Amino acid sequence: MFPASFEYHTPGTIDEAVSLLKQHPDDAKLIAGGHSLLPMMKLRFAQPAHLVDLRKISGLSGIREIDGAVLIGATTTHRMIETSAVLTRRIPILPEAAHLIGDPLVRNRGTIGGSLAHADPAADLPAVILALGAELKVLGQKGTRTIKSEAFFTGLLTTALTPEEVITEIRIPDLPAGTGTAYTKHPHPASRFAVVGVAAVITIDGKTIKRARVGITGVGEHAVRGMAVENALSGKSPDDAMLAAAAAHAADGLELRADSQGPVDYKKDLLTRFTLTALTRAVARAKT
Amino acid sequence: MATTTTPERLFGASIKRREDPRLITGKGNFTDDLKLAGQTFASFVRSPHAHAKIKGIDIRKAAAMPGVVAIYTGKDLTTAGVKSLPCGWLLPDLKLVPHLPLATDAVRHVGDQVAVVIAETAYQAKDAAEAVKVTYEVMPAVTNGEQALKPGAPQLHAEAPGNKSFHFTIGDKAATDAAFASAANVVKQRLINQRLIANAMEPRASVAKYDAGTGDYTLWVTSQNPHVHRLLMAAFVLGIPEHKLRVISQDVGGGFGSKIFVYPEECVVTWAAKAVNRPVKWTAERRESFLTDAQGRDHISDAEMAFDANGKIIGLRVHTVANLGAYLSTFAPLIPTFLYATLLSGCYTIPAIWCEVDGVYSNTTPVDAYRGAGRPEATYLLERMVDLGARALNTDPAELRRKNFIPANAFPYQTPVAFQYDSGNYGPALDKALQMVNYKQLRAEQERLRKEGKYIGIGLATYIEACGPAPSQVAGALGAQAGLWESAHVRVHPTGKVTVFTGSHSHGQGHETTFAQLAADELGLPYEDVEIVHGDTGQVPFGMGSYGSRSLAVGGSAIHSGIQKIKEKGRKIAAHLLEAAEEDIVAEGGKFFVKGSPSRSKAFAEIALMAYLAHNLPKGLEPGLEATSFYDPTNFVFPFGTHIAVVEVDKASGIVTLTKYVAVDDVGNVVNPMIVDGMVHGGIAQGVAQALWEGASYDNTGQPLAASMMDYTLPKADMLPSYDTARTVTPSPVNPMGVKGAGETGTIASTAAVANAVMDALAPFGVTHIDLPLTPATIWKALQGSPKGR
Repeated sequence: MFPASFEYHTPGTIDEAVSLLKQHPDDAKLIAGGHSLLPMMKLRFAQPAHLVDLRKISGLSGIREIDGAVLIGATTTHRMIETSAVLTRRIPILPEAAHLIGDPLVRNRGTIGGSLAHADPAADLPAVILALGAELKVLGQKGTRTIKSEAFFTGLLTTALTPEEVITEIRIPDLPAGTGTAYTKHPHPASRFAVVGVAAVITIDGKTIKRARVGITGVGEHAVRGMAVENALSGKSPDDAMLAAAAAHAADGLELRADSQGPVDYKKDLLTRFTLTALTRAVARAKT
Repeated sequence: MATTTTPERLFGASIKRREDPRLITGKGNFTDDLKLAGQTFASFVRSPHAHAKIKGIDIRKAAAMPGVVAIYTGKDLTTAGVKSLPCGWLLPDLKLVPHLPLATDAVRHVGDQVAVVIAETAYQAKDAAEAVKVTYEVMPAVTNGEQALKPGAPQLHAEAPGNKSFHFTIGDKAATDAAFASAANVVKQRLINQRLIANAMEPRASVAKYDAGTGDYTLWVTSQNPHVHRLLMAAFVLGIPEHKLRVISQDVGGGFGSKIFVYPEECVVTWAAKAVNRPVKWTAERRESFLTDAQGRDHISDAEMAFDANGKIIGLRVHTVANLGAYLSTFAPLIPTFLYATLLSGCYTIPAIWCEVDGVYSNTTPVDAYRGAGRPEATYLLERMVDLGARALNTDPAELRRKNFIPANAFPYQTPVAFQYDSGNYGPALDKALQMVNYKQLRAEQERLRKEGKYIGIGLATYIEACGPAPSQVAGALGAQAGLWESAHVRVHPTGKVTVFTGSHSHGQGHETTFAQLAADELGLPYEDVEIVHGDTGQVPFGMGSYGSRSLAVGGSAIHSGIQKIKEKGRKIAAHLLEAAEEDIVAEGGKFFVKGSPSRSKAFAEIALMAYLAHNLPKGLEPGLEATSFYDPTNFVFPFGTHIAVVEVDKASGIVTLTKYVAVDDVGNVVNPMIVDGMVHGGIAQGVAQALWEGASYDNTGQPLAASMMDYTLPKADMLPSYDTARTVTPSPVNPMGVKGAGETGTIASTAAVANAVMDALAPFGVTHIDLPLTPATIWKALQGSPKGR
């Protein structure tokens, strides 16, 4: 597998990276772990003339706790997320989801920023950050801006990033007390990308659901929030029948497609079942 | 368990593979590792269409790109006299079609090659190949074998009207019709054996060198049979005198059949090495492996099985459409005929069998032998039909099988489909497997769990394997363009060390270990004193290579036979030195001694030394100590066994979990049990994968939908349970060591066992059959279609 010719840059600072993107506005791509980009380049589906490697930039990788949030550097690997004690304690859905990405080799190299920027329609982390209500801090020519997760994914492999912007950090707000989270996934048996992946973040106040956020991946052009499910949950008492009724809304507004993994009615059933599993687990964890 | 101390007998010892330290520490010598001075790189321009006419090829832009040494099209090759790739098995009335190494008139599958770029680097070659502009007139494509036979289907070759390659029949039609007419019960089922993609770990590769001084060519190629490559390439394709072409195939990273065949690429690379007068290297990209390595299976069969009132099978009627792909791969016609239809009697006495096979061309990658090659297809069909019979007759599937087994006292057993089984004793293998899964208790457990809404399934497959295809004379009468014997050359060096040159080829099988074990055992020498050489036409006598689980039964027997010649000569020398009669000399334990007085002896090394010193040899005896043997077996050997799979099917999701797998195989005497276990394990993984995950598919324009490891599901370790393997031993009477073959048994039995297990799990829902692979979606759909399953 031989990619087309490209120039390889290793900027030492994030500003250098941004300036390289500005110099090559149409034909530069950022690379971190390379697990999304390199396969496409090897098949020559992607032929960027310039590769800007972010791995030499210090400070772009790592997990930090601040008041009210956890900050994850863009080049933090899936493996670091999977094994992070901080995240296991504060945002356990992230290690849970990261554990289900690919295999150990992929997790050792792949990064959260790379996964989000690539915006594969079946990637796991997009659904999770949607459910968490995360914010992405990005740096471009005009300085820093923050993009809310629900505004980030805009289409098939496309995001709200402009060509000269770099994700620097993902900000995960603290989970309120009484919150339970869960990510469930039916993996494609070959790629282990999600045929269906559902993230649920549910906060229970006494006996009612105070807040519910659901992220869905694998079934459309990009990960989306399951608003219909969220609405069905909000303010309700989380018993089994209610959760099942809410999960039945998982496919509302989605255009499911038949593919090698099954027909539309199967996909709908799969999505509904995995949504129910995610909701049930999140509720159970919220209660404990 | 591997043996660490010196075992009592080398034959039968689980010695660790001597090739492994080399292979797992990166010291192997694979084709792509070769770096020759002045080496250039080839990249092929391939069709993006499944079916198109070539209207023009414009190489001007590509030819001007950096590093480009030469660009050749099909026209350049045909002008230079390069001919079509040959077919090695000519059935009567076979419609042969041309298969030029580079297409000239049309392309017939995605990946078909139309030009080659030779450049200074692999990257430059690939860049220029992308710049070659081919003008295509796209034509409708057909990828399904049955569709290809329909009137109005796109036509691939003028030489094969209606896309028909051959029509093959075997058995007795009238007797079969009569059996069905008298049957108490008949089961019918359409069974699709889906197309599989081989995926050896090492992609195909070739490096060719031409010596302008001597006119000699050397080709290093990923081949399971270098002599066959040399013969077919030299005599049929390139017109190079056979003695001026040396083919070397050293370490090869798996083949599973796909590296038996002569492919366009090695022919082009060899021709180009002379044309550019520099070595040329080509290594397939993984995507090229998916598009161009010969693929496996792809049958659509309609089967009917007739039972009498006592549950005895009295007839089997099968019609199979075998999709051969766009061209005839080297042994394509053999696989769905003499390696498939002849297996349809399985382990059973079936008095009447009639099978018809239509071989068909389609706009897909050529199909040929893939691990099991015809036998998994036959076993899947037969074992599904027996299970459907058991369901229809309301009989336990194990008991129905036992009832129909060929009795142990009936061997050699002549089937109605050509084969005469050499030996067999099927009951004990079944009993052992049933006992290993605790069958009765498991059935009770199954009943209990069903009441709890849990659905486990128990699937049996008994199988017969036919390996070491033979004898040559019969094969010739059936259309083989090759003999089916094997060669060995045993060279004893003056110090008594031994080099064995084998015509067999190892590409994962562990011959360097197994053959050294059997040779050392037979000579009574330490294992370390024997070295095995294979895979080089410049060193090894003409040999047939490895396929069809033949290496030990045929290649090993050739070594055994060569060693007898060495011992015979050694006895002559020993008798002379010990002043005894030749017939009184015993060769045993690394010594030659006089019968009854073991102290009157000469060590093997002393005899070897004398053979080369020649100071004191019997009158008229030539010096030296080496022997060549060509062993032509009298028959196939027929391993058999019973495999049992236990699965759990989640009713809601359709997800299948394989929870237990038991394999009881009878491969005759075993040289290295650990290596046989390894082969069985790998084979089971491949067969389970066909049942649950693998399968090539195409869209309606003929584009393959699974052409990468992201789409095509190869089994991974965490998808499989630990297997329980065991053996019964029924030595083959065909060869001197009583050995059979073990390379394909796992693949042959496991697909049927797993499919039967899943259908058994789904029995409460009235589901009787689902085509492979049994994905969650297909199972979910079947359950949706059942009133009890929703």
